[in-house]
Amino acid sequence: MRSADVVICGAGVIGCAAAYYLAKKGKSVIVIDADEAIGNGGSSRNGGGVRQSGRDVRELPLAMYGIRSLWPTLSEELGTDVEYVQKGNLRLGKTEKHRQILQGLTDRSTACGLDVKMIDKDQVRQINPYLSDEVICASWCPTDGHANPLKTTLGYFRAARKLGAVFLTGEKVLRLRKEKGALRYVETDADTYLCETAIVACGYESRQILDSVGIDVPLTKDLIEALVTEMEPEMFPQMLGTADADFYGHQTRHGSFVFGGSAGYDRENRDFGHLAVYGNTAPAICRATLRWIPRLKDAKIVRTWAGYEDICADGVPVISKIDEVPGLIAACGFTGHGFGISPAVGTCLAELACGEKTSVDLSALRYDRFRSCV
Amino acid sequence: MRTDRSKDLGPCLPMEGDDRIVCRCEEVTQGEIRQAVHDGMFTMTEIRRYLRCGMGLCQGQTCSRLVSGIVARELGIRPGELRPASSRAPMRPLEMSIWANECQAPDGAAETKKGGAGDEKC
Repeated sequence: MRSADVVICGAGVIGCAAAYYLAKKGKSVIVIDADEAIGNGGSSRNGGGVRQSGRDVRELPLAMYGIRSLWPTLSEELGTDVEYVQKGNLRLGKTEKHRQILQGLTDRSTACGLDVKMIDKDQVRQINPYLSDEVICASWCPTDGHANPLKTTLGYFRAARKLGAVFLTGEKVLRLRKEKGALRYVETDADTYLCETAIVACGYESRQILDSVGIDVPLTKDLIEALVTEMEPEMFPQMLGTADADFYGHQTRHGSFVFGGSAGYDRENRDFGHLAVYGNTAPAICRATLRWIPRLKDAKIVRTWAGYEDICADGVPVISKIDEVPGLIAACGFTGHGFGISPAVGTCLAELACGEKTSVDLSALRYDRFRSCV
Repeated sequence: MRTDRSKDLGPCLPMEGDDRIVCRCEEVTQGEIRQAVHDGMFTMTEIRRYLRCGMGLCQGQTCSRLVSGIVARELGIRPGELRPASSRAPMRPLEMSIWANECQAPDGAAETKKGGAGDEKC
């Protein structure tokens, strides 16, 4: 039986980041993932936004901490260029109703101390001259940005591995086991691991693993899609979103545009376990994108992909120690917006595992916050 | 297949042809691919995401066999043991304006189901 100070279930960007910060603190770490590839879930399938605007106020402090303290130096820290670009986020509107939605988002964020404001048509045009003439307003957060989620996930993996963290892929965690009331063993389809602390960060699959010690986190999953164009001349560096949430995207350092969206059937699309794209989604993303950026009509799509996001019942993740099972920490339910906060979450998970005070207050993200609505 | 990423591959010594371009679309060399394997990228999926080889206009139709040969050699396994990276639609690059014509609601009708799940995934 192998042993480590901390066993992490899940080698996504959250698990890899936690492994890196723990290894840096001198802890021995074993990371286990059922998939053959590192970060093959949402970590490699998201849109790459590193944003604070539009976030729920319960997770906004994580986003603000990461952007202030971690993202600007992450490439140097990991020795991998994560292509972090901090050139702002425009959330666009075309109607008065859009303006009201954006104003509401802006008001809630400024109340938390975020530098975000409403701007008019001319100001939008100054920041980005390539958008549709129908745009009448936007919320503008200059400290938002984007990064490369593939390089970030694999960069954390590479750096953690270099510091001695052990990564086991293609091995499925079956259950957790307690001894004298505390978490002690992680059992897989191949072996059993002895540990002081276990972190469960497996997306939707976390629910089943946590269930083995009687803990339930209310998660479901949606199959969502994104696509990427061929390399295009440099147009604009901002991250884009809309009041209607019909599309989002940005131009990567490489020159390609990554866009995501929905045909409205994210919960009903079926893939029989193959992570297949659905025929109606890519056209819907193209239509939505061209309504906002008409001049991309001749840009060629080279690739589409699908990925599951783990949806938490109230829209923000669970990042928490489990009181009933000392030594167990859950980090799941990121609901499609875990990438941008992953460096901050990894930092906090390492602190939780070491019994230290976390850099960001996580009390709004506890596992036992779910109460009846009546 | 269960894999321990701490497997000892020995040092990554320079080899003839390391500066040769293997992926022409994204200009990735043999030396970069070999180094990535030694950095822990043991699958074709990770190699592609880490280096971009096979992510350009041809989507790996030209180089994927060459890349899998190089990766397998570094790992000391047969190329056939490596699962290929996913092939993804469309099979040929397709203009946004053309794809946008597919799967539309009938003329005049609103889109059948309201979207709204297209908020930023990040």
